[in-house]
Amino acid sequence: MGNVIGIGAAPKRKEDQRFLTGRGNYVSDIKRPGMAAGVFVRSPHGHAVLRGIDKSDALASPGVIAVLTGDDVADDGLGSLPCGWGITDAKGMPMKEPPFPMLAQDKVRFVGDMVAFVIAETPEQANAAADLLKIDYKVLPSVVGVLEAVRPDAPQLFEDVPNNICCDWELGDKAAVETAFKKAAHVARLSLVNNRLIGNPMEPRAAIAEYEPGTDRYTLWTTSQFPHVVRFLMGALVLNIPQHKLRVVAPDVGGGFGVKQFHYGEEAVITWAAKRVRRPVKWVASRSEGYVSDRHGRDHVTEAELALDETGKFLAFRVNTLANMGGYLSTFGPNIPTNLYGPLLGGVYTTPAIYCNVKVVFTNTVPVDAYRGAGRPEATFVLERIVDVAASEMGIDRVEIRRRNMIPKEAYPYQTPVLVQYDSGDPMGCLDGALVAADVKNFGARKAASARKGKFRGLGYSTYVEACGLAPSRFAGRLGARGGLYESATVRVHPTGQVTVMIGTHNHGQGHETTFAQIVSDKLGVAFENVDIVFGDTDRVQFGMGTYGSRSLVVGGAALSKATDKVIVKGKKIAAHLLEASEADIQFEAGKFSVAGTDRIKTFEEIAGAAYVPHNYPLEVLEPGLEEQAYYDPVNFTYPGGCHIAEVEVDPETGTVTLVNYTAVDDVGTVINPMIVEGQLHGGIVQGVGQALFENAVYDEGSGQLLSGSLMDYCMPRADHLPMMKVATHSTLCTHTPMGVKGCGEVGTIGSPAAVINAVVDALSHLGVTHVDMPATPNRIWRLLQNASLPVAAE
Amino acid sequence: MQISFTLNRRPTTVEVEPATLVAELLREQLHLTGTHIGCDTSQCGACVVHLNGLPVKSCTLLAPALDGATLLTIEGLTGAPGSNQMHPMQEAFREHHGLQCGFCTPGMLMTAVALATEKPDLTEADVRHGLEGNICRCTGYQNIVISVMAGAAAMHAAKGE
Repeated sequence: MGNVIGIGAAPKRKEDQRFLTGRGNYVSDIKRPGMAAGVFVRSPHGHAVLRGIDKSDALASPGVIAVLTGDDVADDGLGSLPCGWGITDAKGMPMKEPPFPMLAQDKVRFVGDMVAFVIAETPEQANAAADLLKIDYKVLPSVVGVLEAVRPDAPQLFEDVPNNICCDWELGDKAAVETAFKKAAHVARLSLVNNRLIGNPMEPRAAIAEYEPGTDRYTLWTTSQFPHVVRFLMGALVLNIPQHKLRVVAPDVGGGFGVKQFHYGEEAVITWAAKRVRRPVKWVASRSEGYVSDRHGRDHVTEAELALDETGKFLAFRVNTLANMGGYLSTFGPNIPTNLYGPLLGGVYTTPAIYCNVKVVFTNTVPVDAYRGAGRPEATFVLERIVDVAASEMGIDRVEIRRRNMIPKEAYPYQTPVLVQYDSGDPMGCLDGALVAADVKNFGARKAASARKGKFRGLGYSTYVEACGLAPSRFAGRLGARGGLYESATVRVHPTGQVTVMIGTHNHGQGHETTFAQIVSDKLGVAFENVDIVFGDTDRVQFGMGTYGSRSLVVGGAALSKATDKVIVKGKKIAAHLLEASEADIQFEAGKFSVAGTDRIKTFEEIAGAAYVPHNYPLEVLEPGLEEQAYYDPVNFTYPGGCHIAEVEVDPETGTVTLVNYTAVDDVGTVINPMIVEGQLHGGIVQGVGQALFENAVYDEGSGQLLSGSLMDYCMPRADHLPMMKVATHSTLCTHTPMGVKGCGEVGTIGSPAAVINAVVDALSHLGVTHVDMPATPNRIWRLLQNASLPVAAE
Repeated sequence: MQISFTLNRRPTTVEVEPATLVAELLREQLHLTGTHIGCDTSQCGACVVHLNGLPVKSCTLLAPALDGATLLTIEGLTGAPGSNQMHPMQEAFREHHGLQCGFCTPGMLMTAVALATEKPDLTEADVRHGLEGNICRCTGYQNIVISVMAGAAAMHAAKGE
């Protein structure tokens, strides 16, 4: 008999045994009888007319089974890859939504765009045959930057998308903002770039598809964060496969970060191909292939203005952004720089008027979509940077200006001028906690010590809030979502009292098998080891929207909590019958049903047994069995946030920025497993630090070539780049989720870039530096120091 | 060609194409899928195994180089074959939450065991430097560093007993 392990405890993870011993089950580990190998042939050009493909040599190559191209897709009348969000412009006109064929048909629009799929007996044979394809391209000039793409003379990606603008979106009261700016005592202005990122989960994407003629069923194993959504989008909208004839399995998945929460063309092509060749087909991306095909993130160019009164109170905030969509609309693409960006521009402040315009722009680059944080890191970066600029220009301390504008704890729930209403929070409490934890009061001494070594030390703050737990379906529907965003869970109690949970979220590192088991153990009083969590298989799990937007615990955990409550309700009915008491008198606590005020009890196991062996059972009014299901659709987003403080040291000789201290105090609501929450915060923070200091996806204007196309060119954070971080929580409870949870998957990535860059600017402020674009690489800082033309010596 | 080597303490003889990489041989031919392939430039370290006791990236090693050698993979790190007895380094990763998605974990463990074997009293800086060739995207490395130091201490404590 094991132990109940409840909410707030930190048991070691259930999933670890298989990963530690090399027994994980990732897609690339799976082999099917008779399996063939597929490789995708991708465009080497950023922009070209596809004039024709001669398959003959490739087809004659040893081991080749089939070569499929866009013409075959067209012949089979298959659909275009769907976009899950339809946003509208300021006049209410729908966004421009050109088709996104699963294999290119008339044109290629980015380096990596898929042109053909070659299937052979072995990967080597498929690769050899791919080299023999004769593809006739008429190369066109590429445009990769948003500023360049909207120029009148820019190359046009689509005939019916003038100036490459997909949508000219806006949010907020433009007139109120203009009025406020006229009254301002000071206006701070900032131009910035939010650098393009590549998610780089350590497991490259992969897929295996199989068709069973005997049952007319397809199975797709894919590295996905949301197998049910893939089944729906691919089955219903692309391949016309009935939902009951399509099984999508996402087994162990080696990290996602958003990269694996889209329906990719590769999934559709390989599923379609498996039926055509009547063989299981497997494709595993190389890392380099991932760089030119995994959806990228961020990539904004922004002009922001903050109006303040003479005391430093924010009067109005105006933001104009150009957001890069890449060559086509990906699953969530247009939603990210609009609905997940504009509504966050209020931050933790009482700014009464906000206006945001976002031009969503097509370019000859990999489609851009959600990457950990998705829109919210971009909003936080703009806001937290301009607050520092305003403080510096007005001579107000950076912490003080934040305090003067912060929403006080007692003002919650707080309605912002940009749609969202924060239910709870205590930004001042997080700030106070972080100031102590980061030992800010002794920063001066540390800075002086750095100066003695010839180094510049800086401190940076980011006080922020985000919106996650995606999402209230009704609200999302008004914003253009084409699907619901609820979650579902089934709690199956076995006759012996053990529990299997089927849940629609997907675990790819977040520790759901542990956290969700704690919830069940806590609520049902069942031993922790007697609870298993099943996910990632549309044949085993009823339905689900998957894992992204810090939604798994918030929305999925709520569904699980509700389903567990239903089990208790039914259990009480059974107990009332067995104990010959009225249902109202039955109590359930610590795994025991009892008649209030008596010592008559039935254990959870006894009730489960009675439900499946209903000899003495109220069959007239109650069905046998003990299994309950719940769907949960949240009423609001959740709003985690906090305060991050970064401390950096800059070496003026080399321009190297070293992160020397990092402190985060975050409000993530109720913490189910503190060990797992800390791990999520660590990882999230380092992804934000990566954006701030190291990572940058660089394209060559004109040719459209990705210059940072491998792990040798794209700098990922490594162990020796980082200090030991201090993370802590300062929680207020979410008022509308069943357990008070807010989500913790993305906060680190949202809060950290601004904290790090504010620290870098602080370190260099004595040289007149007011802004540094990300990533703050040694090259960029060294050049900045040279151009400053100031004595490069410590104060 | 035929090569013979010791794989996870057992003599092994296989027929391989000379151009086969060790990572491919392990995964495709020998069905030892614990060794992972996360990149194509020998940067990520998910494929680290021990060749004659030293950590190597098996994605950059040709199978014929194994002939006559001793190879240890993640599957051989545990105790007696078939047992669930874990190596102290594996225990330390579990205890200190040194893994999330698990994909980099086998390579991390193999590198960590080699680091701890090479130097008994690892400092934090040693560990961070020593893990330079292993990329993790999930953990921010903090709990990996803590795990490696704890695992190294446990390995040496066990040896001292």
